[in-house]
Amino acid sequence: MQIPAADSATAAAVREKPAPQRGELSALDDATLRAALRRMHLIRKFEEVAEQSYMRGLVHGTMHLSIGQEASAVGSTLHLRPDDYILSTHRGHGHCIAKGADPARMLAEFFGKETGYCRGRGGSMHIADLTTGNLGANGIVAGGLPIAVGVGMSIKAQKQSRVCMVFFGDGAANEGAFHESLNMAAIWKLPVVFLCENNKYGMSMDIANAMAVANVADRASAYGTRGITVDGNDLPAVAAAAKIAIDQARQGDGPTLLECKTYRLRGHSKSDRNLYRTKDEIEAWRQRDPIRRLQDELVAQQRIEARELAAIEQGAQHEIEEALEFAKSSADPDPAQLTRDVYAG
Amino acid sequence: MPAEVITQEAGVRQLSYAEAIREGLGQAMEADPRVFLFGEDVGVYGGAFGVSGDLLRRFGPERVIDTPISELGLAGAAVGAALTGMRPVLEIQFSDFVTLAMEQIVNQAAKIRFMFGGKASVPMVVRLPGGSGTGAAAQHSQSLEAWFAHVPGLKVLQPSTPHDAKGLLLAAIDDPNPVLIFEHKLLYKTKGPVPAEAYREPIGKAVVRRSGRDITIVGASIMTLRAAAAAEKLAGEGIDTEIIDLRSLRPIDFATIAQSVRKTGRLLIVYEGVKTMGIGAEIAAMIAESDVFGALVAPIARLGGADSPIPYNPALEKASVPQEDDILAAARRLMHKRKR
Repeated sequence: MQIPAADSATAAAVREKPAPQRGELSALDDATLRAALRRMHLIRKFEEVAEQSYMRGLVHGTMHLSIGQEASAVGSTLHLRPDDYILSTHRGHGHCIAKGADPARMLAEFFGKETGYCRGRGGSMHIADLTTGNLGANGIVAGGLPIAVGVGMSIKAQKQSRVCMVFFGDGAANEGAFHESLNMAAIWKLPVVFLCENNKYGMSMDIANAMAVANVADRASAYGTRGITVDGNDLPAVAAAAKIAIDQARQGDGPTLLECKTYRLRGHSKSDRNLYRTKDEIEAWRQRDPIRRLQDELVAQQRIEARELAAIEQGAQHEIEEALEFAKSSADPDPAQLTRDVYAG
Repeated sequence: MPAEVITQEAGVRQLSYAEAIREGLGQAMEADPRVFLFGEDVGVYGGAFGVSGDLLRRFGPERVIDTPISELGLAGAAVGAALTGMRPVLEIQFSDFVTLAMEQIVNQAAKIRFMFGGKASVPMVVRLPGGSGTGAAAQHSQSLEAWFAHVPGLKVLQPSTPHDAKGLLLAAIDDPNPVLIFEHKLLYKTKGPVPAEAYREPIGKAVVRRSGRDITIVGASIMTLRAAAAAEKLAGEGIDTEIIDLRSLRPIDFATIAQSVRKTGRLLIVYEGVKTMGIGAEIAAMIAESDVFGALVAPIARLGGADSPIPYNPALEKASVPQEDDILAAARRLMHKRKR
């Protein structure tokens, strides 16, 4: 795995004459990179504010933070169109923001407020934003995969040119739903991208102990479809691989199983005491922080000035602070409306 | 095409329960391009119980879809298709196999609208052939409807006649919520009058199949047929039976039950699912909690499935769920009881 130098002296040394850009990076124009970076910062800041809010007792329940996985969320969705669909997971804040959700309404949902995306009924694990094609996060491991099959059938039946990208973790790859869904999507050549965020652990279970193959994507051959494994902390690499998968899905060439190898720097949830991994391991992955890696490369390649990078981060910080104020100041739902949305019609 | 039989006396067209469902499916697909049928062996084979029949030939493989044996995946596919503009109808080959699909039906289909704050709807229909009496033993004969009637967000139907099998199916396809229809395998060949046009029966509305003064029997699906046969014999003994066919377990039409019990003062609830913790307990409790309780002249009685898996041996199988004679005996007992 290539890790760009984080050392500022090295970065300065190459400033005079940058090395040739790798294809994955040169494929992305400056505006796209700025937007991607802003979304990665938004996700990071969102997660940090969510964590702090929980620590301060401002919210109850639980949350699953994706700090460290931002390149996977943003890179994979970079080439999706606004009307493409995503389905997300319990660790789904990043996917929501990457697909264009408003962090203020997300935080309001996390706070259980009426102004939240789900009017406070869903919480962190069930945020959905149908206006951006986000068909919802899911509290059940592998819960989204069979739904993606149906979305693919629907797209095909309605002769649309949409794509459905379904996120899931390495743990989901050992659920029966994974097998059933990959198989059906493959036999019917559905426009689905199966996006596995392999963050190495299913709660505490090391993926190396949970499956006998090296990569989740190796399983693609069992379904007669494509499998790609990519460094999930490398935004340009994720975007390039996802583009292949998205384009092929859109062209009617069926699903791809795309695996982003990444790492969650925080615990599984609030109860995690990190008994299953070492501080050294966490620190080694911290060195591969996807935001810092991208920023360092952009500066080294003279694509974006360091000063502007700081402004992007500050802009994201500002937006999340405003989102927090919105969430805090919003009204709670009315208990008299408890059963209002159990049934439609 | 369904074989049409014209009855001599009334000139009313008779269809079997299976034919009525097929006719309803065909009319729904003709009327609405969003409707499609999928499931195991629903295409070339025509369905394990012959319900889909010639629908593949009529509508083609894009709308009558043979699937792999993947119940969980199929239930989820119905959810995804429903969420994005389609009107899927899924056949679970035997209702017992829905145990493999519980996650998607209970955690996803039933809850998505609520979890998303009312922004989404999941208009899907699941057809589930259930019930005992075919010698298929413990894993192919269950009556699991009460499990789903316990889940807010789902609707659960149990048609007993060809007329209702078609009318409730068409209403279910129109409904913006996930609807499970438990069809009874022994009813597929039963015949009855079925109008040719596409008509709807209201979901959540029971019907009084037989009007009587002395005792109310509440049931659904095949139990209402057995109750009707018992009622004929009871009439010969001077016992006037009222039969309520629930048709819908969720939502349940309590008003119709209450009205009947207020009149007769005696309630017998008959259901094929396991008696313990079953729908009879809920109906009995609803009566007990209501002001109708005061109208009872005898204790409420329940007849349900035995606390046992469905056995293979025919005599044992019959003994495991209420039969006509059981209903007869229970009704007679109830007529001789008095509430203290």
